[in-house]
Amino acid sequence: MTAWFAAPLGLGLPVALANNSQKRETRTLAQPRNDESVYGEIAKAPAEARAKRNPFENDAKAIAAGSKLFEQHCAECHGNMAEGSKKAPSLREDEVQRAEPGALFWVLTNGVVRRGMPVWSKLPEPQRWQIVSFLKSLRNDISMHSASLP
Amino acid sequence: MPVPKKEWKGLALVRALCSSLFALAICLCSCPRSHAQESPYIVTYDHYLEEPGNLDVEYFSTFGTQRGAGDFHAFWMEFEYGATAWWTTEFYLDAQTTFHDSTLFTGFRWENRFRVLQREHFINPVVYIEYEQKNGADKILKEVEGHDVESDDAVANASLRQEHDRELEFKLLLSKTFKGWNVAVNPLAGKNLSAGHPWEFGYAIGASHPLALAASPNRCNLCRENFIAGVEMYGGLGDADSFGLHDTSHYLAPAVAWNLPSGWTLRLSPGFGLNDNSHRFLLRWGVSREFAGFGEAVRRLLGRL
Repeated sequence: MTAWFAAPLGLGLPVALANNSQKRETRTLAQPRNDESVYGEIAKAPAEARAKRNPFENDAKAIAAGSKLFEQHCAECHGNMAEGSKKAPSLREDEVQRAEPGALFWVLTNGVVRRGMPVWSKLPEPQRWQIVSFLKSLRNDISMHSASLP
Repeated sequence: MPVPKKEWKGLALVRALCSSLFALAICLCSCPRSHAQESPYIVTYDHYLEEPGNLDVEYFSTFGTQRGAGDFHAFWMEFEYGATAWWTTEFYLDAQTTFHDSTLFTGFRWENRFRVLQREHFINPVVYIEYEQKNGADKILKEVEGHDVESDDAVANASLRQEHDRELEFKLLLSKTFKGWNVAVNPLAGKNLSAGHPWEFGYAIGASHPLALAASPNRCNLCRENFIAGVEMYGGLGDADSFGLHDTSHYLAPAVAWNLPSGWTLRLSPGFGLNDNSHRFLLRWGVSREFAGFGEAVRRLLGRL
């Protein structure tokens, strides 16, 4: 009986650890799900939603808070650096970076349920805006990165 | 010496159970934590489902006072899995201890919640369907329906466990979140599948609000945004033969949830009986942990084996 208990444990833990390391690798190497129809959801935001202003625009603290919230709720699918994964698209692409903050807020609030993105209205409005602030701050990262390339 | 057939079957069952638990443990080991944003409700449901592929493992306890018999401690485990963004499935195992009596396993439940509308609306409906197979000693009070009264539980466990119920339960979960406030209303209808039982009805309503709406920039356990306070009220509405608020029990329960950045959620809810048919006092608490990417871990494990 002891051997029977030990065998799966002995086999299982390395498998689990291997899976874990593979997972980290997958997160960075998997082809992000970036087809245009995914970003098409942003275009569906109604004009009223697009027109909404981000109350935390250019607020450094909001970007920091948004970064924390992104790590807690979004990175699991969109990747730690918002680079995307096989589960969800990159949020560093032009389609997202050029979108109005109100449109991003609308997508975050309503989710894209058919495609697997849950609604996030359970996060209070200010927290959703903080996430939008963080997403918009990635544009600066991208331009700085592009400028540093030879 | 050959093992008797009955004993062998028992051994096979134990082995199957243990290997399932090992497989579950292995999968959970390989899952990263996920920060949950759980509501404080213990009986009421809002319209938010589990994130797809995530597994939420929850333990809940209910301590209840009992007139005419020993007080009880009922407890249950929940395994809540986000099958898709519009479907959450959940498995429960229930048990209880009645002081000065005994401890026993009281049954299981399989619950499914389906989101009806794709986007957020003024009111967001979710359809809830549950199958329960439990005995009469079940005291978790996860819902109150029909003419459930305190005296039903004042019977010895040995007698209560002789009663076996198979029930179907339907709820319509209506919920809305506005300016941080969540308001949820859950009418329910349940049917004991044994012949001769009428449809039974009940309700649960709840309201909750986080202690802070904006997040602080720092990672912290005691930040106000990690706490959500609320109140819920639930009770029976009689049955098809005798509908109404009479001859049943009703409870009012303040509740608080503490969502830790480590992925753990703690809940506490003292409940108070509102009429003579209700248990005078219920103290509920729960702890849960969300595991991200559980479905993917299972698929990988099965692919490897």
